[in-house]
Amino acid sequence: MRITIASGKGGTGKTTISTNLSHYLSRKRQLVLVDLDVEEPNSGLFLDKEIFYEQVANKMIPEWQSKSCILCGECAKVCNFNAILKIEKEVLVFPELCHSCYACSELCFTNSLPMKPKQMGEITHYKCGTFDFIEGRLRVGEEQAVPLISQCIEYVDESFEKSFLRLYDAPPGTSCPVIEASKKSDFVFLVTEPTPFGLNDLRLAVETMKVLKRDFGVIINRYGIGDRGVEEYCEKEGIGIIAKIPNDKAIAKLYSNGELVYEKHEGFRRELEKISSFIGEIDA
Amino acid sequence: MREIVVVSGKGGTGKTSLTASFAYLEKENAVIADCDVDAANMHLLLEADFAKQEDFFSGEEAFIDEQNCINCGICESTCRFDAISFDGDKYVVDPISCEGCWYCSRVCPRETIKMNTKKAGDFYISKTKVGSIMAHAKLGFGAENSGKLVAHVKNSAKKLALENEKNFIIVDGSPGIGCPVVSSLSGAHLVVLVTEATTSGLHDLKRVHQVVKTFGLRAVCIINKYDLNEEVTSSIETFLEEEKIKLVGKIAYDEMFTKALSEGKCIVQSDSSLSYEIKNSWELIKKEVI
Repeated sequence: MRITIASGKGGTGKTTISTNLSHYLSRKRQLVLVDLDVEEPNSGLFLDKEIFYEQVANKMIPEWQSKSCILCGECAKVCNFNAILKIEKEVLVFPELCHSCYACSELCFTNSLPMKPKQMGEITHYKCGTFDFIEGRLRVGEEQAVPLISQCIEYVDESFEKSFLRLYDAPPGTSCPVIEASKKSDFVFLVTEPTPFGLNDLRLAVETMKVLKRDFGVIINRYGIGDRGVEEYCEKEGIGIIAKIPNDKAIAKLYSNGELVYEKHEGFRRELEKISSFIGEIDA
Repeated sequence: MREIVVVSGKGGTGKTSLTASFAYLEKENAVIADCDVDAANMHLLLEADFAKQEDFFSGEEAFIDEQNCINCGICESTCRFDAISFDGDKYVVDPISCEGCWYCSRVCPRETIKMNTKKAGDFYISKTKVGSIMAHAKLGFGAENSGKLVAHVKNSAKKLALENEKNFIIVDGSPGIGCPVVSSLSGAHLVVLVTEATTSGLHDLKRVHQVVKTFGLRAVCIINKYDLNEEVTSSIETFLEEEKIKLVGKIAYDEMFTKALSEGKCIVQSDSSLSYEIKNSWELIKKEVI
């Protein structure tokens, strides 16, 4: 089973929930936590871990071969992303604009643009005692997160049996990276906070999940601060609220130190148990 | 005209609340741009009136005209994004996966795949509750956040500032380090990095600052919730010193931050030490940018 932990708004507690939930659930079942927030991966900061395996993540980029090129300019015409420019006696490739569609390479009459790997980041496999943790990390300067996210998911699918629960810590927002991290999941938890910003971004996230036809439920973090807008919205739309994590500065303090919360905070643990038994129900 | 871009790398650090406060303080002297088009929130605090709306088109998506299609399947095997599949009867395009590269359309022997322009979102020009002009947008559901809509918001704000002879453009930047944030940063005179005193806050600050550095932009920093973890705060301060980034504000953990938000108010609308600290930061930022 694949479960994505997502949120429209950033900083609502996705990573806190992902890391604590993994730690808590791993006492009872086999699971792998995957940090798909490859632009700003943070889950690892909260885990005691040892590197098990590390691999370079590449994207495929065309490489110009001056010797065979006849400078016809077809490649530049074919590229719809302005990633190729033909100047007088040269073809320039702009890797950060390339979407790796292969059109220029495969439509070249003289095979002068073979696709070559270029590093965009790393995928690291860690052992965390009772569970495994996979982190995708985009290199600073790389702009496209989606190819790395999909490679992380592939790595997990190749490395773990189907019986392992997969927990994806998703990037924030509602655009392509989140979609990549949710589109094949069995269930999506949308983490929000009870404020107008939280509500506005939750609405966007809900619409996105509807477009993707995913099953989803809501977790309210920092419950008690703010207003009732999120709850009223969920009631009206018939969206299940799975847990309400209390607002408490003590939780924020533990978080600030990179510590897991549930072992030290009773209220947090109670809500985590609700999430855990909910997962048990949908998995049955 | 000076352009100030507020970014944070990590979400939930208080970036938008602070940016809205700066906008509130500067009143009609500034043009506001909300570049967090993926989860835009500034319009809530500044009560934007959505006076003018435009459709924003960006990118394309493939469409197979089944009448001429002979089900040869060349398109499916050509597509690197798994966007084309056979549904048992005909070949169909999944618009969410389609990148708009045109490859399928070019290789189709029956020339039956057309490329349609995609509506990527809505673009707005509003008046705010303090009389300023604001450019903002809403990305379409499932649309690609390539940075093009962000660039459109920014360029429009720039144009509006020049036409109306405004002193400042205040930009609420996008999160992360990818395309949208790169688009938010282009052309900035000063970058305000907002972070918080948490290990994640520091981690993400370092990464987003690397992006800022790549573009050779000048930056200042505000530490939010600095008293949550004084140890992390001092690590942040050491980092700022090393990188020669000026610290322009330290804001204490205060639930008023969230409460003001729930009342739909900017923090500086009420009198408090929090409000004083933010006003002070804004003055320092203005000094840095002029």
